[in-house]
Formats: sequence, C-alpha cells, structure tokens
Amino acid sequence: MPEYQNLFTRVQVRGPVPYPGTPMGGGTMLAGHTPREGTSRFVTLFGMIGDAQVGPVYLGTLGVLSIVFGFIAFEIIGLNMLASVNWDVVQFIRQLFWLALEPPSAEYGLRIPPLREGGWWIVAGFCLTVSILLWWARTYRRARALGMGTHVAWAFAAAIWLYLVLGFIRPVLMGSWSEAVPFGIFPHLDWTAAFSIRYGNLFYNPFHALSIVFLYGSTLLFAMHGATILALGRYGGEREIELVLDRGTAAERGALFWRWCMGFNASFESIHRWAWWFAVLCPLTGGIGILLTGTVVDNWYLWAVDRHFAPAYPQIWEPVIDPALAATPAPMQGAPR
Amino acid sequence: MSLTARVGLVFAAALCVVIVLMTFERPPVNATQVGFRGTAMEQVVNPRTQAVRLAANRIPEALEAADTEGEKANEIYENVQVLGELSVAQFGRIMQAMTEWIAPEQGCAYCHNVENLASDEVYTKVVSRRMLQMTRHINADWTPHVGTTGVTCYTCHRGRPVPAAVWAATIQPLNGLQAPNGQNHPAPVANDSSLPAEPFTPFLLQDNEIRVISTTSHPRSNTANIMSAEWTYALMMHMSEGLGVNCTYCHNSRSFANWSTSPPARLTAWHGIRMVRDINNAYVVPLTPLWAANPRGPAEGPHMARVGPAGDALKVNCATCHQGANRPFYGAPMLQDYPELGLVSQGPLRAASAAPQ
Repeated sequence: MPEYQNLFTRVQVRGPVPYPGTPMGGGTMLAGHTPREGTSRFVTLFGMIGDAQVGPVYLGTLGVLSIVFGFIAFEIIGLNMLASVNWDVVQFIRQLFWLALEPPSAEYGLRIPPLREGGWWIVAGFCLTVSILLWWARTYRRARALGMGTHVAWAFAAAIWLYLVLGFIRPVLMGSWSEAVPFGIFPHLDWTAAFSIRYGNLFYNPFHALSIVFLYGSTLLFAMHGATILALGRYGGEREIELVLDRGTAAERGALFWRWCMGFNASFESIHRWAWWFAVLCPLTGGIGILLTGTVVDNWYLWAVDRHFAPAYPQIWEPVIDPALAATPAPMQGAPR
Repeated sequence: MSLTARVGLVFAAALCVVIVLMTFERPPVNATQVGFRGTAMEQVVNPRTQAVRLAANRIPEALEAADTEGEKANEIYENVQVLGELSVAQFGRIMQAMTEWIAPEQGCAYCHNVENLASDEVYTKVVSRRMLQMTRHINADWTPHVGTTGVTCYTCHRGRPVPAAVWAATIQPLNGLQAPNGQNHPAPVANDSSLPAEPFTPFLLQDNEIRVISTTSHPRSNTANIMSAEWTYALMMHMSEGLGVNCTYCHNSRSFANWSTSPPARLTAWHGIRMVRDINNAYVVPLTPLWAANPRGPAEGPHMARVGPAGDALKVNCATCHQGANRPFYGAPMLQDYPELGLVSQGPLRAASAAPQ
C-alpha cells in the first residue's frame, strides 16, 4: 500500500469533484461577499507539494484594487529600469539585478521632485503602499468572513510596519525622501550596507540585535516544529486537531520527546504562539531599530561606547591619529578631511 | 518517478551547479588574523589569486649603474630641460630604462623624432617631461605615502605606453524617463556591485567629503546621507580591489570611522588619496590638450585611447600604481637603483606646448 506523504508522493488526495468551499453568505459587493472567481480543478504539480485543488479564488473589490495598484507600481519600476538602459531589452535582462528606481536626492527634502528625478519613485511607492494596505485589508476581511481569528493579518501588519518605517515613516522624520530604499535587487542590498556604514555599524543597534534573535529564533522554532510533526507522520501527527482530543497518540510522543530532551515541551497550541510571536517580533523590533537610526542615534558604535557595552580591545598596533586633526597639515592639497 | 520529474530534477541540479560555480570562489581561501582575536580583523587571500598577483608584480632587472662623473647632459645635448643635471652616462641609462618601461615595442621613436632627438615635435616627449617631474614630486614630497620605496615610471606603466588601470569620466545614459544618477548598473571598479560606477571625479579629482560617518553618537551636524555613503563605499571598494586587500587592512572591523583603533595602513592610504588628487590636478589634467589633439596616440602608434569617452584625460587612481598589490611590487625597492630620477629638475618647462594650460 503506498504511503501518503505531503511532498514527493505519487498519491494525491483528491475528492470526486473539486470542493467549492464554504458558502459565501449574503451581502453586497462592498461588504466583501462577491462570488468566488473561476472554476476549480486538480493540478498534479500542485498536488506534489500540497493540495491538488486550484481555485476557486476570491478576488473581491479589495483584491482587484490591490492587484491593479500593485501592477501599476510594478510597471513604473520596470519601465524606469528599462529607461535606465536606454530601452535596450537585452541590457535590461542582463543588468536586471543591478537596475533600480532610486528615490529623490537629498536636495528635494520631502517635496515632490520632477518625475525623472525621483518623482516616479514616489508614484511607485504610493501605488505599492496602497496595494499592500489593500491586500492587508483583504487578509483581514477574508479571515473574518471565514470566522477565523485575524492572526495572519496582524502578522502581515508587522511586515508592513517595517516596510512603512523604511520607505515612509523614517524618511518623513528625517525630512528627506532620499533616506528611503531604492527599488531594485542589488541596489536595495547596497543601500542596506551603506545604511549600516553611514550610521556607524548597525551591529551595535540593540533592536537590530533583537530582530536577528527573532529571525534566527523563527528558523529554529520552525525547524523544531516541522521536524517534530514530520517525525510523527507515521502516527498521523499532521492531523493535529484529532490528536489534541486523544491522549497517548502522536502528539503525546512529540511532547514527550522534547520533555525528555530538554526538560520542557511546548504544547501543540503554544508552539504556534511561539512561532507567531518570534516571526512578528522580527520586523517589529527591526522597524524600531531602523526608526531610531538617524533620528535618535547617529552613530551606533559611539552610542554603544557611551553606554559601555562596546568592549575595548587591546591595541595591537600604535594608535593612529586622525591626520585631518594633525597640527602640521599634510603636504599640499585639499581640505583637511 | 515520471520522466518529467526526472528531467526537472536534472535541470534543477544543473542549475544549482552552475550557480555554485559562477558565484563562489574555489577554495582554499586562507584567512590570516591581523588584529585582536575575535574582532574579525583578518586578511583573506586565495593562494591562486595571490600567485597571479605576485607574478604580475615583479620588478625588471636593474640596468647596470651609470657613471655619475663626466660632463652633464645639458652641456652636451640640446633642449634638455628636466634631466640636465645627469651625467651623459646617466642620461643614456635613464633613456634606455624609460624605453623599456614605457614603450619597449616602439623604442625611441615613441617619443623622439629619430632624425632630431632634441625636437619636441612628438607630443609624447612633452608628456614624458612632465611625467618625470611628477615622479620626482611624488618621491620628494609624498613620502607619507610612498615612503623611501618611491615610484618609478615602471610602477604605473609596466611596459605599456598607457598604464593598464586608468579612469575617465563616464557618459551616462540619457533619456526622458530617468535622470542618470551614476549608479545602479554593474560597476567594475566597485567589485561589480550596483554602487556608483565612477567615484573618482568627486574624490580623486575634486575634494568632496569622503567621510560620511558621524563623530557623535546622537544627530548633530553631519549632513551626509545614505546616498553619499554609497559614493564613499564605491571608492573604498575600488581601493580594496586595487590593493587586493579587505576593508580591515585599513579599518577596524567595529568602526570604519574610528582612527585610534585603525591599522596604521589607513594613514598611508589617507595620504595616498591626497597624492592621487594632487597628481591628477597638477600633472595629468593640465596635459589634456596634448592628448585631446592626439586622441589615439602618436602618428606612429600604438593606437590606443588617450582620452576617455567624454574627452577628458585618462587619470590616475589607486590601481594605477598598485595593480592588485597592497604595495606596488609588494614593496620591492625599485627606485633605489635609479638615482637619475632623483635629479629631475622641477623648474618650469620651456617649450610652449609643455606649459600647463
């Protein structure tokens, strides 16, 4: 008899006909009860990694608007990138990872610059933000429509918080759009490195440290939880609900495993709270750390020295004196810098 | 497993192999600790890369020393403006050396009208006079950077009429939708990142502020922003690439800005930046009209670009001398074999064409 697994299996769980989902209930379009779109069907490929049924999907007003705004932002960014290589499609593909839509330069402050000098960045940023916020509302309302809690929406909101801090709240507090992140693959990574350099090494930002704790903690918890459930698969451990009701089953073995290994075990409910909070706190603390940078703290290394948590290490070479401060200026040339 | 799945798996595996091979450097990569333990102060070197660099940074065998006695060059030859204090033997020796260093294929004719060696009609001769004065100026006035090791023509030229590593202003793409901002394209000078591709005009020609990091823990007067940090970052990447070193060769891993905990090499580099700025402004740029008049070199060749795409001179940066080595030729003292270069006259040049514009 073939064994059922969630991944890498020839056995696919399919009903006789696609399941249409719970009834939508009555109501108007704006109340978020439009009919679901499209027909549903089974796709073998999706069945290999999850549920074989694809569709129907609920689009609704919020979903359609979100996709429209997201598409506009995507197009503005893409066309600007294409323009930056003089509309050369081959170069667009070759340089794609390097291309960007850059925010306005510092001289514009918070004013709206000409479109070609950062104005497009503002338009794209606005559309992308609208799109993301509409999508957030969609996750909230779909959860409510199903009678679920809104945990997914609030977890998404944590990520949106970090996004808004980087692209909107902090630039506004700093008084310049130039502080924001460019749209682009490598450019946003270079921005990140330059951000840390400009503000004296983000390593010494305690909220950055917290954010990393929760990031790595999330991966650890995810690995522990995923491993536990997979290890209990032979006892049907993935069917958590039934196991909560019956003792002496897969769930109990998982709990015992951790209790024996480390003396403590999360419950089947609390492990998901652990994971949720770790995941949510990662962008929450990270956003706080970004928000404080440049607004409250301008050099995190010196800040850590002030507060005595950056240790002093033995000096291996003679201390170097800043030549710009030297009494006798260097020969020739240039302002002391 | 179905055929489709197998083909898919093989394709995915091949893609992974390609990504790994194209992205990562083949080991070994040796790290040497250079600072206090646990502070990530280390220099990373791949012996294969290092072997290539060592081979590319050898000094040529010195010519036999010349007799310093006897009549001086300006008493024998005509129109000797900067090497007049040399003995005739020394004069011949340095001419021979310069030929081997700069134009080994073209020979004397690269700079001279061989019918009349005193003539200034070939522009390269006028350029080389100024370059001799530049070499003397570097060795005499820029000891904070070059120390007693000094430089010769060969430090940059290495047997090529135009040094291998030079820079010129770039022409940025122009179109209606996006104003050029000097970055967000593959930047070879900044290790193929998307950082500003030409950080030399602001820092090695003009003296814009390189320092972007605040000297106070809380915001006070530092107006540098993240964009200016990217320009500085690009310059630093050029220095790292040009010298074949990590950031920590000059900087403390914990604070790039802090001087007192920086390795001493940072002081040398600080003077180096100012030296390059001086060379570009005082020696290279004033010669631009000569190169602009001969944008592809002298009539006899070799025909290679003497000006950049924007018509400006090919200028000097860190890689021009260093060429991948933390010290040119890894510190081999070449200058000491050529006392002639210490006798170059710094006086004003006579020929009208030589007067800096």
